[in-house]
Amino acid sequence: MATHTLDFERPLLELERQIEELKRVAGEGAVDVAKELQPLEQKLSELRVQIYRNLTPMQRVQVARHPKRPYALDYLRSVFSDFVELHGDRLFRDDPAIVGGWARLDGQTVMAIGHQKGRDTKENLRRNFGMAHPEGYRKALRLMKLAEKFHAPVVTLVDTPGAYPGIGAEERGQAEAIAHNLLEMAGLRTPILTAIIGEGGSGGALGVGLGDRVLMLENAVYSVISPEGCAAILWKDASQRERAAEALKITAQDLLQLGVIDEIVPEPPGGAHADPDATAETLGSALRRHLAQLGKLRIVKLLKRREEKYLSMGALSGK
Amino acid sequence: MAWFKKERKPRTSERVKLEIPADAWEKCDRCGHIDIRDRFLRAFNVCPNCGYHRRITAQDYIDVFVDEGSWHELDAHLRSTDPLGFENYRERVELAMKKAGPLEGVRTGYARLDGMPIDLGVMDFNFMGGSMGSVVGEKIARLTRRSVEKRVPLIIVSASGGARMQEGVLSLMQMAKTSVEIARLRDARIPFISILTNPTTGGVSASYAMQADVIVAEPGAVIGFAGPRVIKQTIGQDLPEGFQTSEFLLEHGMVDAVVPRSELRDTAAQLLRHMAGRKPAEAAD
Repeated sequence: MATHTLDFERPLLELERQIEELKRVAGEGAVDVAKELQPLEQKLSELRVQIYRNLTPMQRVQVARHPKRPYALDYLRSVFSDFVELHGDRLFRDDPAIVGGWARLDGQTVMAIGHQKGRDTKENLRRNFGMAHPEGYRKALRLMKLAEKFHAPVVTLVDTPGAYPGIGAEERGQAEAIAHNLLEMAGLRTPILTAIIGEGGSGGALGVGLGDRVLMLENAVYSVISPEGCAAILWKDASQRERAAEALKITAQDLLQLGVIDEIVPEPPGGAHADPDATAETLGSALRRHLAQLGKLRIVKLLKRREEKYLSMGALSGK
Repeated sequence: MAWFKKERKPRTSERVKLEIPADAWEKCDRCGHIDIRDRFLRAFNVCPNCGYHRRITAQDYIDVFVDEGSWHELDAHLRSTDPLGFENYRERVELAMKKAGPLEGVRTGYARLDGMPIDLGVMDFNFMGGSMGSVVGEKIARLTRRSVEKRVPLIIVSASGGARMQEGVLSLMQMAKTSVEIARLRDARIPFISILTNPTTGGVSASYAMQADVIVAEPGAVIGFAGPRVIKQTIGQDLPEGFQTSEFLLEHGMVDAVVPRSELRDTAAQLLRHMAGRKPAEAAD
């Protein structure tokens, strides 16, 4: 716990330490501490709720990036069942920054695809911190086309700092890979249900995120550029990230208002990492509900609504 | 009389001084070549010495492509609102309008090219770096829809640093919006040519600029997903010579051809004739 405490969680840490200490004393059997313990624990949970209710946008970014936050594979185990991972884009290699395969949701076969970050340094190097190369996007597209072929819906779980900006990625056409995915997803003849579960990093997120419905976990963020990047460009100072995070309107609440997402999936107090099981429960029921609704639509109507959804996005004046 | 005894005329300094106005000369930004402005202009602002393609305006590109007098501007009244209340955004848009004109980051219209009807969109890098916000996305989407409805080929000339930060995720969503229309265009089998100019990166390269039937790049343009600076910062080393240039993309199979500006018009016309099942130029008329 102590190793991954975010700065705004420090008051919680102090209380937790007191509770631990009391329990230790109690463990020694000398005193009955229940009387003192109970108010402390209540105070802790109240404080946690209070802190998490008032997170600043940048604090939400920190929660979204929390190293203990559940990742796609965690949900693939908790929310989905019967998962068979499929690898490779059949063109260049398998990109471990994106995972995908057949899975069941509510008994129904779906194609589940998600960005995957690593839990430790070694895994992060392999998964490139969830930043996919073109072959990741091409694998995702291959799986989506496979889903279309067998009339299975696609569920995508978005969690990436962004598409990887590197030499190999550019050589193999990062822009083309994302552009191609968007083109194909716009007309994919099967439902696409997207959930932003952590970081929604710009084109790297949208590259698998053009869904009929887009859900977003309460503390997830979705942005056209990272707050650090925005601050560096606009104010030549990456430390202005608080200001940028505020200005960019990247929280679930903001994006619901802007009409970019359809629903906020609440997280337990303390964030998804504080109670992964509870988060999986809520996310799972939201996914099942939307999937059932999408499943009722005829393909023509589904596609028409998808088109209308994205054609209506933006803020314009002058007709 | 021996030549060495020839009487010398006194030197006079009455050589006629040519009156050359100071602005008659242009200097190439890359090779430093100095030449008469007119020669730069006649070469579509390409350096006569090294072939460096200078940035030209959206109007210049329109002049390159359309038959004289055939241009009809569309959606000239669309304006960005400030959906996020982003600091200084309104001021920046006003400044861009003073600098690049009131038509936002892309100009769209219909015209004729070698007599063939076309829908043409030209991005303007001078307008906030050609960044794509709601207006750019909407104009491209509407132009593409027109192409489908009128069954007219689409040409888009791109120049953009990517999505416009000041409109946040709504800018990102313009990638989805334009993709929806381009997908319809593809299903309708209407030819679509994308011309990439310096620079084409970010959200524009990751959407319509890379979704065309044929993708043509101007020589030496920087084209990619991430900008070179971001990549350099990420990987912490210098980038190879020529990385992310048009020629680099050609070599890696990402564009169909690198075509100098002076040949863009003829190339586009030739491609359209092929894709629209028309006769070659000589046989036309």
